[in-house]
Amino acid sequence: MNPIKNISRRTFVKSVGLASGGLILACNTSVFSDKEKDENKDLTNFNPNLFVQLNSDGSLILIASRSEMGNGVRTSLTSVIADEMDADWTKVIVQQAVGDAKYGDQNTDGSRSVRYLYEPMRKMGAMARAMLISAAAQTWKVPVTECTAENHFVLHSSGKKIAYGDLVEIAKNLEVPTEITYKNPKDFKYIGKKLRGVDTEEYSNGSAIFGLDKRLPNMKFAAMQRCPVTFGTVKSFDKTAALKVAGVIDVIEILRIAKPFGTLGGIAVIASNTWAAFKGKDALKIEWDLGDNASYDSEKYMKQITENVHKQGKVGKDVGNVNKAFKNAHKIVESTYQLPHLAHAPMEVPNAVAWVQGDSCEVWAPTQDPQSARKEVADYLETPEDKVTINVTFLGGGFGRKSKPDYVVEAVAISKAINAPVQIVWTREDDIKHGYYHTVSSQYLKASLDKQGNVTGWLNRFALPSIASTFSPGVDYPAGFEISSAANVPFDIKNMKVEVGQSPAYVRIGWLRSVINIPHGFSQNVFADELAVAAGKDPLEFRLNLIGKDRIEETEDPIKYNTARLKNVLKLATKNANWGKPLPEGHAYGLSVHYSFYSYVASVVEISMAFNKVKVHNVYTVIDCGQTVNKDTIKAQMEGAAIFGMSLAFYGKITAKNGAIEQSNYSDYKMIRMNEIPKVHVEIVESTEIPTGVGEPGVPVIAPAIVNAIFKLTGKRYYNLPLSDYGLV
Amino acid sequence: MITLQINGEKHKIDVAPEMPLLWAIRDIVGLTGTKYGCGIGVCGSCKVLLDNSPVQSCMIPVSAAEGKNVITIEGVSKNLQLLQESWTALNVPQCGFCQPGQLIAATALLDKISEPTDEEINEAMIGNICRCGTYQRIKNAIHRTVELKKQG
Repeated sequence: MNPIKNISRRTFVKSVGLASGGLILACNTSVFSDKEKDENKDLTNFNPNLFVQLNSDGSLILIASRSEMGNGVRTSLTSVIADEMDADWTKVIVQQAVGDAKYGDQNTDGSRSVRYLYEPMRKMGAMARAMLISAAAQTWKVPVTECTAENHFVLHSSGKKIAYGDLVEIAKNLEVPTEITYKNPKDFKYIGKKLRGVDTEEYSNGSAIFGLDKRLPNMKFAAMQRCPVTFGTVKSFDKTAALKVAGVIDVIEILRIAKPFGTLGGIAVIASNTWAAFKGKDALKIEWDLGDNASYDSEKYMKQITENVHKQGKVGKDVGNVNKAFKNAHKIVESTYQLPHLAHAPMEVPNAVAWVQGDSCEVWAPTQDPQSARKEVADYLETPEDKVTINVTFLGGGFGRKSKPDYVVEAVAISKAINAPVQIVWTREDDIKHGYYHTVSSQYLKASLDKQGNVTGWLNRFALPSIASTFSPGVDYPAGFEISSAANVPFDIKNMKVEVGQSPAYVRIGWLRSVINIPHGFSQNVFADELAVAAGKDPLEFRLNLIGKDRIEETEDPIKYNTARLKNVLKLATKNANWGKPLPEGHAYGLSVHYSFYSYVASVVEISMAFNKVKVHNVYTVIDCGQTVNKDTIKAQMEGAAIFGMSLAFYGKITAKNGAIEQSNYSDYKMIRMNEIPKVHVEIVESTEIPTGVGEPGVPVIAPAIVNAIFKLTGKRYYNLPLSDYGLV
Repeated sequence: MITLQINGEKHKIDVAPEMPLLWAIRDIVGLTGTKYGCGIGVCGSCKVLLDNSPVQSCMIPVSAAEGKNVITIEGVSKNLQLLQESWTALNVPQCGFCQPGQLIAATALLDKISEPTDEEINEAMIGNICRCGTYQRIKNAIHRTVELKKQG
């Protein structure tokens, strides 16, 4: 077979270790229109060298540029290419991209893989189809207009057909077409349908290789003891006992790198197996300089930020005249909500394999953001990025934790120090105690009602340590992106004010599945429920009225939100739940609706209580995420989000005392288990709008819906999470 | 030297007798389908069958497995295979990491009870955490497997 070459002949395509030969579909930036570049700044550098490789035997290698962590992205993105290419899905082999800017933004985060890549992937597929049709037309010496493509064949109007694989030799010498025609969506075979995940078998037979499963010849295993207090440092250490542990090879100090994704530093134990490394770590004697965060007490902190939201804050939004509305109110309602820190706790702990050789380094890691990992590693080694290869393994969960490659840097630092390939493994205790925590928040909401029960004024004042503090130490107020989801509430209220209170950070603050929408979704939905009660109205009717007439809201976002779509999901969820119809004795409904990651989600939960313990029986979730790609993935994400939301509602709480995190494992940082699950019913709205977020927006609605249902059932309102603090679970 | 019998194969390994079976399987024998999740026996990711009983291999010293038959996710058993088929058919896994442990727990359940009720499934699976929240599909896949077996 011939060597790979770029059919466009404009840019050279490097082999990425694929078998040589075949049609490589390479594209340059011209496949992205200027319009898209403007709308999606992250795409301006998108210069994909290859996403498609068709081989003579018909096998089709499609590149997944985003990380697989249960989001189904290896199936969804590649199925978009395959559909537009009229390819046979059974001939597709998905190959994971290494971290490289040529693939565009690979940061698998923010529920945006499909949103960013739906159009580009369609183009990749459509382009390949056009070229294969051209190749067939050339072969047959007929006009291309007489040819069509179907299921890995090009067909001619005369009835003859030729397999894709047989067209490779001709197609690979053709120019990339400048005009691309998409399929009519009604002809989609995979897009908007249900596809089984491409990796399901490997997951089910144990052969899927996660980061933790990567093995190299002569690879060592390492564990690291970090300071109990964030950013504390080693004063002195005694490694004698650790070195006596059978299997322990070496003990070294790793210095903290004071960067957002730098290692916290500590003492690393290198061993011949993971267990020896863990045991060696336990045997270390370390004296710490605890540093500036040793005073952090999350209980006292909650009191402090709550005081801050009960007084004038910095103004984030001010529309109309809230004070006047409050003065003229028929009724005033005010509440304060307190939510604790959370940890991601993915089933697979942070880990990475690194092998530094001279000025080069190869990494195998479960990372959501291989380009960020590549940059951090290159910076650490003071070597050019092209000397660093980041292989992306399967991720045993991510939820935002694995966007932060501090653990990758640790593996690299240790490999460099010991001059051998090494796998760093965090213990579960390390994961719980040294994470990038979801913020802790206090939120004060106040609203005025007129005689008819309409909301005339709305004040939302909140304080929470900002994600920005991880990037700019010293930031002690919520940042713009944390204010916007409080400011851009889709409520038709003339007088609205958002203020933020002072809230410095004492631990690393990170983003966790649905991020700031957890506190804002909670406070807004519980408060709206309280207002409905104060107005003497049914929560559904009240909420629809609060959202108001159908309109497109003007925000600073390029994608506008549409109140009709928001109301639609709410109506559908309540319809599916038979809202308003009698329930079994002792059961009650709660509802919640939230717009996040440009998607519209409503959930109704049905609960009962026995011996003062909450039981969730049913969750009715409806999502409108625009054009769908893999409906089964969307359904699965909604099912999973309901459980994730229940875990944080029931149990999620990370606390700190004397600067150290008090929880340690799944024993005291609990998760929902099989015996607690509700039936989750999912409806996906059919839509031709642009595809929007799926992985995260199902989470924020769950906790407030449960709290609202508890109120409906018991008349008691719970303002804080988790519910385990009240003995309710 | 300790001799382990894993999935019908004998492995002679030179490790401390107190090394948890999990790490012997993963790091010494080299079968990585069995996962580390918590190390304290509360998440179920490391479940294997020890003489047909489900155990958390992070809590069992390797010496206690000597002379016993260890089945991991890479092993072969009628119920395991049928369950794996159902797992695939119902698209159960999300991230997939906990699924080997879930499948081992489900295998042990069906080995013991041919037609488990929802309550019995809860009891058998309560020790296995899935952070992605695939529980509903796991339950459905167990029921589906039972149905398939009934149909022969």
